[in-house]
Amino acid sequence: MKAAPRRLDWGDGAALLYMALALLFIFLPVGSLILFAFQDGMAPVPPFKGPTLAWFDKVLHNRRLIEALWNSVLVGGLSSLVATFLGFLAAFSLARRSWRFAEGAQLFLMAPITVSYLIIGMGLQIAFNLLGVDRSLLAVGIGHVVINLPLCFAIIYSQLGEHQANIERAARDLGAKEWQVVGLITAPMLWPTLLAAYFIAFTLSWDEFVIAFLLSRFDVTLPVVIWGLLRSGLSPELNAAGTLVFAISIAIVAAVEFLLWRGRKAAVHG
Amino acid sequence: MAEQKQRVSLRRISKCYDDSIALTETDLDIAAGEYVVLLGPSGSGKTTLLSILGGFVAPTTGKVAIDGGDVTDLPPAKRPTATVFQDYALFPHMSVAANVAFGLAMRRMGKVERLRKAEAMLDLVGLKGFGGRGVHQLSGGQRQRVALARAIAVDPAVLLLDEPLGALDLALRRQMQEELVRLQRRLHATFVHVTHDQEEAMSIADRVVVMNHGRIEDMGPPARVYLKPASLFAARFMGENNLFEGKAIGRVNGQTAIDTAVGRLLADQNAASGEALHVGIRPEQLRFAPELGAQSLGEARIEEFSFQGTHFRVRCRLKDHEILARVPAETPPHVGETLPLFVRFEDLVLLQQ
Repeated sequence: MKAAPRRLDWGDGAALLYMALALLFIFLPVGSLILFAFQDGMAPVPPFKGPTLAWFDKVLHNRRLIEALWNSVLVGGLSSLVATFLGFLAAFSLARRSWRFAEGAQLFLMAPITVSYLIIGMGLQIAFNLLGVDRSLLAVGIGHVVINLPLCFAIIYSQLGEHQANIERAARDLGAKEWQVVGLITAPMLWPTLLAAYFIAFTLSWDEFVIAFLLSRFDVTLPVVIWGLLRSGLSPELNAAGTLVFAISIAIVAAVEFLLWRGRKAAVHG
Repeated sequence: MAEQKQRVSLRRISKCYDDSIALTETDLDIAAGEYVVLLGPSGSGKTTLLSILGGFVAPTTGKVAIDGGDVTDLPPAKRPTATVFQDYALFPHMSVAANVAFGLAMRRMGKVERLRKAEAMLDLVGLKGFGGRGVHQLSGGQRQRVALARAIAVDPAVLLLDEPLGALDLALRRQMQEELVRLQRRLHATFVHVTHDQEEAMSIADRVVVMNHGRIEDMGPPARVYLKPASLFAARFMGENNLFEGKAIGRVNGQTAIDTAVGRLLADQNAASGEALHVGIRPEQLRFAPELGAQSLGEARIEEFSFQGTHFRVRCRLKDHEILARVPAETPPHVGETLPLFVRFEDLVLLQQ
């Protein structure tokens, strides 16, 4: 039922003003970053002159940046795949098998979420040192699996309810073997959730700086390169690079929202 | 009816959990082609019994045999049973046809052949031409039919139905009850159906198994269980009943005399002298004029009534005890009036404590 329309009063005005200020506070930094990426001049500071696409052109021809971009795609793409896969297996087993230590195991799986990336990065550095693993993209990827696995686990676990368990039971009843249940029923049934988990892991990896900085050496990811460039001063080129990174993140988040929305719709009707 | 082949045999089946008993030792035989309904309130053990039959729950003790073969230790996939789940449990990412053909695919039937059979099954449940649709495009009743088609597609020796109509509205439920019975007759199949709805049980079952607190209270054809229940619980659970505590005091002219709170009553049914028991009188068995073979209960005062279409449901007070009666629709009752009540000797049911 819709509430009857009501005349706006002073309270509403104040609330709207407050909301506008809050949104300004949140979006001003991003807005100015994007605006001055189009600056026709050497400094990304007011007054705004432009617009020009020259800085984007420069970014796309900056070999270090482009190389780092592909490194980021590689690290994000593969580490998210591993995190999603491992998260799925853990979630499936903890949701489906009644096991004495299930709650404890779940707690341990989720615990890394509460630990800061700095601590995890340092811990990984020490561990890799002991194991003789060099600082490299592989090390960064493993680090990103460590931080994303709990998240993927939590997202997938939340979707493995009793209704889904019953659907798997029906498949078993009709003669499906365990691998057929997982491969033909559980995974396909959960694909929107699996994709959402994958893309969320990817965006976090894509943006992640601390662990990437601590665990990489010669080949680096995009945030590390941008940080390096920042040290040599502000330039609209950095704004352009930041704008690209931001645009890609937004695209992925939009994709996740869409998939989750479709998944919810299917769940409501399913 | 000819002697029928035995399909299912449950022997001394029980199920205990850590701190509770879901099912006490129970025996149950089911004939081929029989429609058996397990009826009881939640927690009565009816679903546990069905799950044990389907292989989803392992019994603590006892043996399950189907067509003479011991299946006690077999998983659901290896049993000749198929289950229709309460929430249907359809595969949401598959088409209707793929859902129905799933069990056949697991049995390695070729694609063309299994899709043909799936179409035939859909036809059987009244969903001809729905094969290409997605599950989310179907209504609740249609999903129920798909779940049914999917289960019967694998030609199970026993079809298990776990409260299959619970999620449907009343009109649709009545219609599906008729269709289930028609389908079962047509396939000459054995159906075991769990429900807590006694009207549903009575209308579809060849045999009702009334359960409570993990044990079978009574079983038999619906009419027998309704009219001559074997236990107090069955008498209370199946339809409305007037129950009075009493004590058998002896035999008079081949009839049992019982002292009850509403006076001394005579029943055709036998009971040992001195036995404490309950006397059951169905509301529709109360008569309002003397007749041969009936006794008077006295005059009851009408306290409340409601119109039910075919009759008035009347709540009266008889010697300080509440009693329900059914008055024909053409003689409307009035609150405060008295109603003479009679009941036939043969209609009284004596129930042991």
